[in-house]
Amino acid sequence: MSMLTIDNLHARVAGKEILKGLSLSVSAGEVHAIMGPNGAGKSTLGNVLCGRDGYEVTAGTVTYNGIDLLALEPEARAAAGVFLAFQYPVEIPGVNNTYFLRAALNAQRKARGEQQLDSMQFLKLVREKLKVMQISDELLHRAVNEGFSGGEKKRNEIFQMAVLEPQLAILDETDSGLDIDALKQVAQGVNALRSPARAFLMITHYQRLLDYVVPDVVHVLADGRIVESGDKSLALKLEAQGYAGHAAGAAA
Amino acid sequence: MSQPAMPPLLASLLDAPLPPSGIDWLDQVRREQRAAFAAGGLPDTRMEAWKYTALRALAQRRFASGDAAAQTHAVDTAALVLPGIAGPRLVFVNGAFRADLSRLDALPTGLVLQPLSQALQGDAEPLRFALSRQAREPGDAFARINAASAGDGVVLRVAAGAKITAPVQLVFVGAAAAVDLAWHARSVIELGEGAELSLIEQHVASGEQMHLATLVSAIELREGARLHATVLQHAAIGASLIRRSQLRLQARAHATVHVLELGGALVRHDLQAELVGDGARLDTRGVFMPHGRQHVDTQLAIRHQALNTASSSIWRGVASDRARGVFRGAIVVAPGADGSDASLSNKNLLLSPGAEIDTKPELEIHADEVKAAHGATVGQLDERALFYLRSRGLPLAEARALLTAAFCRAVLDDLPNEPLRDHLATLLLAQLPDT
Repeated sequence: MSMLTIDNLHARVAGKEILKGLSLSVSAGEVHAIMGPNGAGKSTLGNVLCGRDGYEVTAGTVTYNGIDLLALEPEARAAAGVFLAFQYPVEIPGVNNTYFLRAALNAQRKARGEQQLDSMQFLKLVREKLKVMQISDELLHRAVNEGFSGGEKKRNEIFQMAVLEPQLAILDETDSGLDIDALKQVAQGVNALRSPARAFLMITHYQRLLDYVVPDVVHVLADGRIVESGDKSLALKLEAQGYAGHAAGAAA
Repeated sequence: MSQPAMPPLLASLLDAPLPPSGIDWLDQVRREQRAAFAAGGLPDTRMEAWKYTALRALAQRRFASGDAAAQTHAVDTAALVLPGIAGPRLVFVNGAFRADLSRLDALPTGLVLQPLSQALQGDAEPLRFALSRQAREPGDAFARINAASAGDGVVLRVAAGAKITAPVQLVFVGAAAAVDLAWHARSVIELGEGAELSLIEQHVASGEQMHLATLVSAIELREGARLHATVLQHAAIGASLIRRSQLRLQARAHATVHVLELGGALVRHDLQAELVGDGARLDTRGVFMPHGRQHVDTQLAIRHQALNTASSSIWRGVASDRARGVFRGAIVVAPGADGSDASLSNKNLLLSPGAEIDTKPELEIHADEVKAAHGATVGQLDERALFYLRSRGLPLAEARALLTAAFCRAVLDDLPNEPLRDHLATLLLAQLPDT
């Protein structure tokens, strides 16, 4: 049975309709890629799923593990296991990365009625995840994303994902702005987190991330709707032919 | 033209008898200052320094003077204690010295610490200069009534070369009483050449009350002296507290002042510093965090008067509910103070639509080769950062608290006393609204 079911989703941003009847179903263990031209509504989908202010859902439903996801506050969605890796991770001066991550993890655990981790337990967890992610612990001692390079910010997103262990991870153009080495590192991190219990929704403009994180299903999002779905060969076809046949730019 | 009726505040403060001193020059000063207070009246919002702080409501209130029970109010000593601080302590309750709450035994060599009332019973001559200082500005009403009516306060001297390691606590307690009281205290603090001192000034509440207190502190640093001062203002939520701190720094003296404004209904602090010796340095750091209907006004005035003097000031304001914060930072680099370096940053955060902060940085430069930077902002919490934190699972209130604490962090960063710094950070967090 599916973990995430999006049915006929319509959403507006600043009065303008961006999603126009999007339907999609994702099961645990699957990796879905959502591709599409600029302005098709890719990032809007990620933001709607995570509850960002200013994204108004006008019709349709989103069911996550049997519950109405849209009824939850952003923090409740996080506690329920939904994670968004931001396209543009936010810099937060004055807030230490480790402190932030522990506060976030413990807030989620508290919301789920689980025991909170003390600083020793948390440190142990962080060390394990650092090893898996192959990133330096120097990142931990800095303020959240402050002064991070583009690649460091994206790796930090994946590292947070590793620590928070979501069930549904939404990656919003995580590959944008990365050179090939950083892209490989990020992909390696994502692959390390693939599991039968976890689902991924990878939003991307380009096919190249999919060379390293091979999706089970590829969807084409154009003008606010899924217009085509297929296996990974669809991504290769898009790469060769572009989005020309998919009403590109209609919502740009 | 008929005289307007005297406001109840003025009349009730003038009703108070002058404290008897038995010292001719002091009695004379007190009479003069009282007359000046009566003649000058209260400042109003047409004066630049009082533009954002209206005294209309305060002016209509009456305050009794002298608390017969000042010596006997039970005060929870836990309110006086700060983590890691176990040095000398001078405690005043409703303006009166309390030996039973103070800690004056075994003072370190080189430190003189006593209540003003006792110091005046001995040789008062060394205090003559400090206590004769005239308040002349039109807005100086509270400095005048303080000079006239303050019968007690602090005399603190550090001998040349003496390094006092344990921080000295000066604690002003406002205690619940049968009536609203006005009380006045005066501090005279001198650091000799090369002397070092850590000082903590606390304003704390013992029970609910709506007293009016004034405190005027004169702080002199001689050549090469080093002062770390921390002011923790946690007065009763109904209290009115009007303070003036006047610092004077001789050559190569260095003062660092941290101020935390948490309590009080109407709070005004004039922090005035003169860098009169070459190479003197002043660092001021402060946070004001009014909530409810609190009004907190800080007026910082720094004068660079000598070569190669430096000042840096970092202030943060956070206002919520219907509170009002006011900050004015005026820096003057006087003619001849060449090579001076002055920086001032005041950033403010409004956490509620009904909150207000007025900030005004002012910079006047009359010298050459001066480095100066100043800036002020008023804004709100970054919505993108809030969403980022919430998307990771932090509830809205916690996310707001985390961002607000981070916003204030720059102020406490360079406070060397770590337990004190942690304590102040905790107090800041506790002050945040729950929403």
